[in-house]
Amino acid sequence: MAENSLLNDPMILRELIMDHYQYPHNHKLVKDDRYLSRHMASDSCIDDITVQANIENGIIKDIQFDGVACTISTASTSMMSDLLIDKSIEEAKTIIEEYNKMINHEDYDADILEEAIAFQNVYKQANRIKCATIGWKAIEEIIKESEGIND
Amino acid sequence: MFNVNDVRNDFPMIKNHPDLIYFDNGATTYKPQVVIDAITKFYTDYTSNVERGDYETAIQADRAYEEARKCVATLIHSEQKEVVFLSNITAALNQIAYGLSKKLNKGDVILTSKSEHASNLLPWYRLKDNLGVEIKYVNVDDVGRIDIDDFKNQCDENVKVVTFASVTNVLGTNQPVKELTKIAHDNGAIVVIDAAQAIGHQPIDVKDLDVDFLCFSSHKMCGPDGVGVLYGKYNLLDEMDPLLLGGGMNARFTSDGKVVLKDAPHKFEAGTPNIEGVIGLSAACKYLMDLGLDNIHAYEKELRGYMKEKFKELDNVIVYNLENESGPITFNVKDVFAQDAAGYLAANHIAVRSGNHCAKILHEIIGTDQSVRASLYFYNTKEEVDYFVEKVKEINLESAIGIFF
Ligand SMILES: Cc1ncc(COP(=O)(O)O)c(C=O)c1O
Repeated sequence: MAENSLLNDPMILRELIMDHYQYPHNHKLVKDDRYLSRHMASDSCIDDITVQANIENGIIKDIQFDGVACTISTASTSMMSDLLIDKSIEEAKTIIEEYNKMINHEDYDADILEEAIAFQNVYKQANRIKCATIGWKAIEEIIKESEGIND
Repeated sequence: MFNVNDVRNDFPMIKNHPDLIYFDNGATTYKPQVVIDAITKFYTDYTSNVERGDYETAIQADRAYEEARKCVATLIHSEQKEVVFLSNITAALNQIAYGLSKKLNKGDVILTSKSEHASNLLPWYRLKDNLGVEIKYVNVDDVGRIDIDDFKNQCDENVKVVTFASVTNVLGTNQPVKELTKIAHDNGAIVVIDAAQAIGHQPIDVKDLDVDFLCFSSHKMCGPDGVGVLYGKYNLLDEMDPLLLGGGMNARFTSDGKVVLKDAPHKFEAGTPNIEGVIGLSAACKYLMDLGLDNIHAYEKELRGYMKEKFKELDNVIVYNLENESGPITFNVKDVFAQDAAGYLAANHIAVRSGNHCAKILHEIIGTDQSVRASLYFYNTKEEVDYFVEKVKEINLESAIGIFF
């Protein structure tokens, strides 16, 4: 991360999470056969979200989500959608991999995660890791499913 | 009345975590040293199986096990032989539902409420699926208290079982058990009480209440995990079939498959029981009775009242059960998801519970499917309440997210 990046400022990162929670991006499910969909409900908490993605020719054209979820789940899913829309499946996989490394407190590439580095400290609250990954797990599964169909 | 500082010294968890404010007593309670010691003594001094020994330590274990039955009987004012040890209240409610299923037919009604814990609904739902009995819900008010008039109306000749928690788990509302039991009995129904949240918090007298069955878990009354109590009127226990079959519960059997069971309560305790658990529970009963259940209840009411007054001054919360006299305070911070609020409190060394608390249909009554529950016990203090309320006041979206930075 560049020394002077705004993303080094915890205040900015906190604002980002708040913003994505209060005004989540891509937060509208669609009725469209081109979209694959995943419903994610946690047994142990209230989080219950649905993620949809339209993947065409190896490119993630669109992602949408909705549901009932805490700040961390909502904001992390919202940022995930921003990050992955218009990416190729290969690019998306790399980003997801780096994100998972960050959440698991391993070395990761901060630059490609952009705003999503706001969740860099979630590993300190073990019980919230599932919140920070629920939407990401959904897109991972959708990508897998799309690959199955294309094979 | 006991001195709370003396009481706190009895609990190693409090000594080991002086900065942790434990307000999750509805989930489980801390254990006093006497309970831990009783369990250790069993393992270091007289480990043996029960009900089958000819030697000294086995006799000692047997005596401690039956002594525990007597202690529980004293606590709830029952006969010793009316106390069955199972693994928790969930096992007890499953046993009762199974046992009563033999008496139920299609079209019979089980009357309950929407404030119930999963453990007191799912075993009955199975009877609905298997036997075609009907589950009906009595109307409750906005804190989940059963509407007596509606209860009277619904208690017709089809109602064969009435079941509810004497203190509900999310809102801590006390039900008028004695009055409801009388109405149910006048209509020939059997009354099953889930006392999970009442036991150890207030005196319970099964004879006075006249309930048919009442059950609870040891871990919510300062006792160990993995042991629960099923109380039943002896004639009902006598005619009830056990759910589990095996060793320890049969008197004799022959190769043609004929089995003669022991008498209740033993016929319900198949297999080697949780002996350490039962012995620990026994010590917990003594500990609570020494403090006095009246004293414990009075102390908790005072603390709850104190917390209520403090909560009235907060303008960032919605409280679902403010006016209740005892039990937890259940609330949400405005615009903050329950788990985020609990996360902020956890970061400030306060343990509370967020979520739907296993009462997944209660939201039909209180209009929210998630909340934060702060549940007290007699070892909590006004100073803890002060600090807690101060921290609740600080919660907003910004501070809740702030814990991640
Ligand atoms: C009212 C009520 N019933 C039943 C239970 C289940 O208790 P256990 O998990 O010990 O079986 C609980 C525990 O939360 C409860 O509060």
